[in-house]
Amino acid sequence: MYRAIYVATRLLQMIPTLFLIGVAVFIIARLLPGDSVSAMLGDRATEEAVQRLTRQLGLDQSIFAQFVAFLQAIARGEFGTSLAFRVPVTSLIAERLPATLMLTGLATLIAIVLSVPLAFCAALQANRWPDLLIRSVFQVGLSSPIFFVGLVLLTVFAAWLHIFPVGGYGEGFLDNLHHLFLPALTLALSFAAVIMRSLRASILQVLRAEFVEFARAKGLAGRIILFRHVMRNALIATVTLIGLHIGQLLGGAVITESVFAVPGVGRLMVDSIFARDYPVIQSLTFVLALLVSIAFLITDIIQMWLDPRVSRS
Amino acid sequence: MIAATLSRRLPRLPISVFIGLMILFLVLLCAIAPQLVAPYDPLAFDFSALLQPPTWTHPFGTDQFGRDILSRVIAASQIDLQIAFFATTGPLIVGSLIGLFVGYFGGVADAVFGRIVDLVVTFPFLVLVIAIVAVLGPGLINMYIAIGVVGWVFYARLMRAEVQVQRQNEYVAAARVLGYSVPRILFRHILPNAIRPVIVYWVTDMALAILLGSSLGYLGLGAQPPTAEWGVLVADGKNFFTQAPWMCFFPGLAVVVCGLGFSLTGDGFADLLDVKR
Repeated sequence: MYRAIYVATRLLQMIPTLFLIGVAVFIIARLLPGDSVSAMLGDRATEEAVQRLTRQLGLDQSIFAQFVAFLQAIARGEFGTSLAFRVPVTSLIAERLPATLMLTGLATLIAIVLSVPLAFCAALQANRWPDLLIRSVFQVGLSSPIFFVGLVLLTVFAAWLHIFPVGGYGEGFLDNLHHLFLPALTLALSFAAVIMRSLRASILQVLRAEFVEFARAKGLAGRIILFRHVMRNALIATVTLIGLHIGQLLGGAVITESVFAVPGVGRLMVDSIFARDYPVIQSLTFVLALLVSIAFLITDIIQMWLDPRVSRS
Repeated sequence: MIAATLSRRLPRLPISVFIGLMILFLVLLCAIAPQLVAPYDPLAFDFSALLQPPTWTHPFGTDQFGRDILSRVIAASQIDLQIAFFATTGPLIVGSLIGLFVGYFGGVADAVFGRIVDLVVTFPFLVLVIAIVAVLGPGLINMYIAIGVVGWVFYARLMRAEVQVQRQNEYVAAARVLGYSVPRILFRHILPNAIRPVIVYWVTDMALAILLGSSLGYLGLGAQPPTAEWGVLVADGKNFFTQAPWMCFFPGLAVVVCGLGFSLTGDGFADLLDVKR
């Protein structure tokens, strides 16, 4: 019962957030200095073309009417037509989104596989050499820009060793995985560093907690305490952290996709900036923010499922 | 206050902070006097030494015009340090002031601020910055504006939380009873006590700014060529990465080392000033 109410409240909270995202995206689009139509069409546009686009974008109406039209269009899932590709933005994004979702999903998976065992190792050996080594390596990882890590991996594993393709997305699921492994690893390294750091801290905190001491006093074996008590509580903190960092991961995907020429929405965003394809930029900003708020929602639900205290508060 | 705390704890300076400060000192030296450190003119073409791998004469190799990569990396430190400073200091000042006011007064301003924070954290930071750069046009100044528009929120949030704690203290009540003016209470009493976590975040944020600035430079949205900036240098070298990987490698390594310098120093500051993060 508590859970159903909690999920319903959380869903209702999405509505004002989505409205605000819409407002922000609308404002950013209006920030365009000077006349946005001539900015899109360039200097050599004919008068007729300028008028047609002005009408098509509804720029001849009042700001308020423009805003209402903008919200209505978004609610219907219509984002206008791409100026560069001359196709509906919705279908363009739908075509590119799977690659980005697969990339970020794979990156999250790799980050978890890398960081969770190492965080346990570091926490259990706190301040001894394995801990110091793991932390130093991840500290360097945290300071490494994604484009640099990507190019190094690309040079070593694609150009020199020919284990992975140099870029692209491939055909079919397994080929996609093969193409996306290096980009996902690139994206995962800095993410793993963030998870490792926080998980190590929360494991240390849980290890000092009273209920662990009680379990020890009861005579439970070390391994059982570790898995049943420490792991469960530390994982709750990690789930929250992963949810909060989905935005960073999507931002990182923009760079990763550019380095590895992955045809996802991140690369589309960068290409659209140089093509001055404003409808695409505007829609992508909205869609990516939407993805993040959905990720927040899912995080909260998983957290509730792992920790019953959440839904009662 | 900060100076007093620092001098009391300085003898216990851990080795990692020492390394961080050394790195920053070296980068600062390169930025202030590149002509003293760099072996060659960073813009000088040398057609007898095109795409040379690292040797004793060119420790970082040369590019497709025979320019010395080491000298170019040193020259670029100027722009990257500038990015670390300007991209964080504007948000630091604006965000701290806003956080100070909404934290002290609360009410409607605080409610509005809460909505803004909710909104900003929903956007992927890089995507929001890129969207604003897209509207303003690529370039260093527009990049600062874009980062500033988003970045102040994080400083304000930190400051607000700290001010709300400080506001409850007796010294604030005492200052009020003594009839001090609100600006005096805010700036002379609360600000010095609330600024510590903000300063620590500022140093760490410089590491993030270097990563962000060079990433935007790499994508072609930040500093524009021929300006030497580490991200731009990496992008320059990308077309040659199979034949001349050193063109990408050394400028990228410079970003890592400099970022490490800031984050180690930031961590050290956090320990020294007793700030929990």
